[in-house]
Amino acid sequence: MQILIVGGGTGGTILGNSLARRLANEIRAGKVRITLLSASDKHMYQPGLLYVAFGQMTPDQLYRDEASLLESSIDFHVDPVTEFHLDRNEVKTGSGKTYAYDLLVIATGARIVPQEVPGMAEGSENFYTEEGALRLHKRLMEFRGGTVAMVVSLPHKCPVAPIEAMFLLHDFFKARNIRDKVKLQYNYPVNHVHATANVARWAKPEFDKAGIEYETLFNVREVDPVKKIVYSEEGTECKYDLLIAIPPHRGMEMVETNNLGLGGWIPTDRFKLTMNDHDNVYVIGDATNIPVSKTGSAAHFEAEVASDNIVSVIKTGVPVREYDGRVYCFIEAGFDRATHNAFDYINLPELKPPTKSVHWFKVAYNQMYWSTVRGLL
Amino acid sequence: MPQRKVLDARNTFCPGPLMELIANMKLIGVGDELEVLSTDKGSADDVPEWIKKVGHQMVGTTEVNGVWHIVVRKAK
Repeated sequence: MQILIVGGGTGGTILGNSLARRLANEIRAGKVRITLLSASDKHMYQPGLLYVAFGQMTPDQLYRDEASLLESSIDFHVDPVTEFHLDRNEVKTGSGKTYAYDLLVIATGARIVPQEVPGMAEGSENFYTEEGALRLHKRLMEFRGGTVAMVVSLPHKCPVAPIEAMFLLHDFFKARNIRDKVKLQYNYPVNHVHATANVARWAKPEFDKAGIEYETLFNVREVDPVKKIVYSEEGTECKYDLLIAIPPHRGMEMVETNNLGLGGWIPTDRFKLTMNDHDNVYVIGDATNIPVSKTGSAAHFEAEVASDNIVSVIKTGVPVREYDGRVYCFIEAGFDRATHNAFDYINLPELKPPTKSVHWFKVAYNQMYWSTVRGLL
Repeated sequence: MPQRKVLDARNTFCPGPLMELIANMKLIGVGDELEVLSTDKGSADDVPEWIKKVGHQMVGTTEVNGVWHIVVRKAK
């Protein structure tokens, strides 16, 4: 059986390693072959970008060679897929090669598209690319006072990242002794400070305590980089001196050009993690249209379910379990404290007060991640 | 002819039904409709509030066995 994994991010790497270990005998016997195709030879720890923006990590700490993370039995190629031919079980790549498969896993992730909001690319900073995070860090270091505003576009990865950034801004300017010269303004698209009610209930008093101002039902429509005003679809506006944008996201371009899903999000069964109408195609991570957080955590748990089912189908002929919507995330509440958040399709998150110990565990996890993607943790 | 797309946001907390609706409104054409399925009764208030504020149209809300079916039309 030929298993083809497209995408070398968190989901694709964890799944590939898990399958390689659990199907080691079948691989050695020549009954199973695992190929992983990625657009890059590097693997980035994306959550680290937030720390780069605040000068707490440097970009080199965010990368490892993808080949160094993968089991040696995985046939790895840096060769981005350009065409999916699901009707004949094959893909074509940038190098012109054709890869056939019996079972396909699409784990291609998401991309930011700030250009879809007029003025956003020119008028704002973000922490979603290495270049963006470094530029934001420089702007923050140069900032002497005024309004730092945040706007949150939809959809976006990691729904708690905007809140974390606000708490980090508060502590960053406090540490520089200019917090009293900085107004922090948070603008959020729905009618609470966070989409998840329990997270909003926790974050609102924390914002009040930190003097972070907020406006809800603010969906960014346009940014005027000259006047330094951001306009909302709801008819309000916000003046700023430094604008931090959570840009809108889409699935990968080749997913859209191959018409696999609207907005680049692939229609996926939220329990089986198979692509609708394609039982031999799994979709995991940001690439799905499942209404759960687009996070490494979701990708990790989805990869474990996909691995269990693929292995079970190969060994016994039937799948073993469904994805229950499980997500776990840390939430940094400043430079030295954090809380955490766990939920699934049924159970709401219950947030505990932030502590230093959870923050230090998150700092440790920033390194432990590399054990996670290798499948050791 | 206007299209209707069903958005299954049942049993989801993060990002949640309203966020899913706002994100998907960008992907449909003017005149097309979205039917949001939500098990969160707050959606029955939250969605109309946002729709009214930005000038889209509410088509209707019904509740069937604990699932709210909220239909909206993109107006601009």
